[in-house]
Amino acid sequence: MATDIIIHDKKDNVGVVVIEKITPKQDCACWIMEDDSSTNIQSMDEIPLGHKIAMIDLKEGDTILKYGHDIGKVVKSIKKGEHVHVHNVKTKKW
Amino acid sequence: MEIPKSFLGYKRENGRAGTRNHVIILPVDDISNACAEAVANNIKGTIALPHSYGRLQFGADLELHFRTMIGTGCNPNVAAVIVIGIEPKWTKRIVDGIAKTGKPVEGFHIERTGDIGTTMKASKKAQEFVMWASEKQREECPMSDLWISVKCGESDTTSGLASNPTVGNLMDKLEPMGVHLCFGETSELTGAEKVCASRGATKEASEKFMKTWNDYNNFILKEATDDLSESQPTAGNIAGGLTTIEEKAFGNFQKIGNCKFIDVLEPAEEPKKGKGLYFMDTSSAAAECVTLQAAAGFNIHLFPTGQGNIVGNPIEPVIKLTANPLTVKSMGEHIDCDVSKILSREMNLSEAGDELIKTTLRVANGRLTCAEALGHKEFVMTKLYRSA
Repeated sequence: MATDIIIHDKKDNVGVVVIEKITPKQDCACWIMEDDSSTNIQSMDEIPLGHKIAMIDLKEGDTILKYGHDIGKVVKSIKKGEHVHVHNVKTKKW
Repeated sequence: MEIPKSFLGYKRENGRAGTRNHVIILPVDDISNACAEAVANNIKGTIALPHSYGRLQFGADLELHFRTMIGTGCNPNVAAVIVIGIEPKWTKRIVDGIAKTGKPVEGFHIERTGDIGTTMKASKKAQEFVMWASEKQREECPMSDLWISVKCGESDTTSGLASNPTVGNLMDKLEPMGVHLCFGETSELTGAEKVCASRGATKEASEKFMKTWNDYNNFILKEATDDLSESQPTAGNIAGGLTTIEEKAFGNFQKIGNCKFIDVLEPAEEPKKGKGLYFMDTSSAAAECVTLQAAAGFNIHLFPTGQGNIVGNPIEPVIKLTANPLTVKSMGEHIDCDVSKILSREMNLSEAGDELIKTTLRVANGRLTCAEALGHKEFVMTKLYRSA
């Protein structure tokens, strides 16, 4: 049951890397916690433990969903499999 | 797992029970720290709680100072208290507040005596207290005597995935047993504030939460020189993969499981509505938050961490748990409960919750926490505004 990426909620468009790191072109096993289902994704970037990967293509202005909730907005378009972090996502709060 | 019905604690005069049996030397103000520390150095088995404030405070800030001082002395983890201040009046106010619990407490003021004379008098009394306290035995106490506070720190995405939900699982299992529970961190619920408000057990509790959060947010908007993006999330949070305050907030919020909060407390305010979950208005700075929760009477603390916060408290044992395998590997001496197997799907949340309950009971029964063994005694007063 090894998993490389955990996704909290079915609605989420990002997952979290839970192994030391994933490398570009790696086929990753994903576990969706909410309904205990599985899926796969191929990574585009090297992404370290705890960091997020885009599960779908995202464009500027899109909302990032994690825990099924809005956690910020895309400020630079992101391709499926790319690293999602402070360089392409910002808070909507401030 | 069948959850034990009791733990071994120290029964106190007012009916509460402690997980520790400290004799504390409590300075009323910054300038009394030296004397308090001299007494603690003289009399083995006592601890001084030095801090930075207590002079020329006024209004709500002064009230919070007294509430924190008195509450710390009243905590059931404390067997007896020596209070030392520069002046007699404020010293007496704290002594009188603590005396209501029925525990031994005595105050000393330094003016007209000096540090050396005060140290001598207070040391004699401290010796009497510590020898008396050393004869106290642990007795069987119901689980409902546990008052558990929670706060997370140096969070990363593993906190929201695993260590915070583990605390939530423990809350879901222990709440029906009648324990008191407390979460805080007003600032770090930003982004999840509306969802959090919806978890009030009553309309009144929800509204009180929103008012508290709005007051905090207005304060931030008024005082902030930037947009807080340098502080929230912190550099450690970002290194761990957390991108926004909203993401941090929803991760943080996992700590309360499915529980609903029955009331909203002022900083350091003792809960008055009986068993159940409380929200306390606190800073999200670790030592400030735990100090306020301890002053409200909580006797054991659960602290999920991602990147590895190392905080402790002088009177309330702080149990660290993490799901980050790198943190376990690189700073394992700080981790009381390792739940990193959740990430590799070798452990589910319920199993992790059971592990945490076992660790909590061992610590309640007297096992030292990592923070205690390493000498972490962070006692940090919350200051609302500058002194006069």
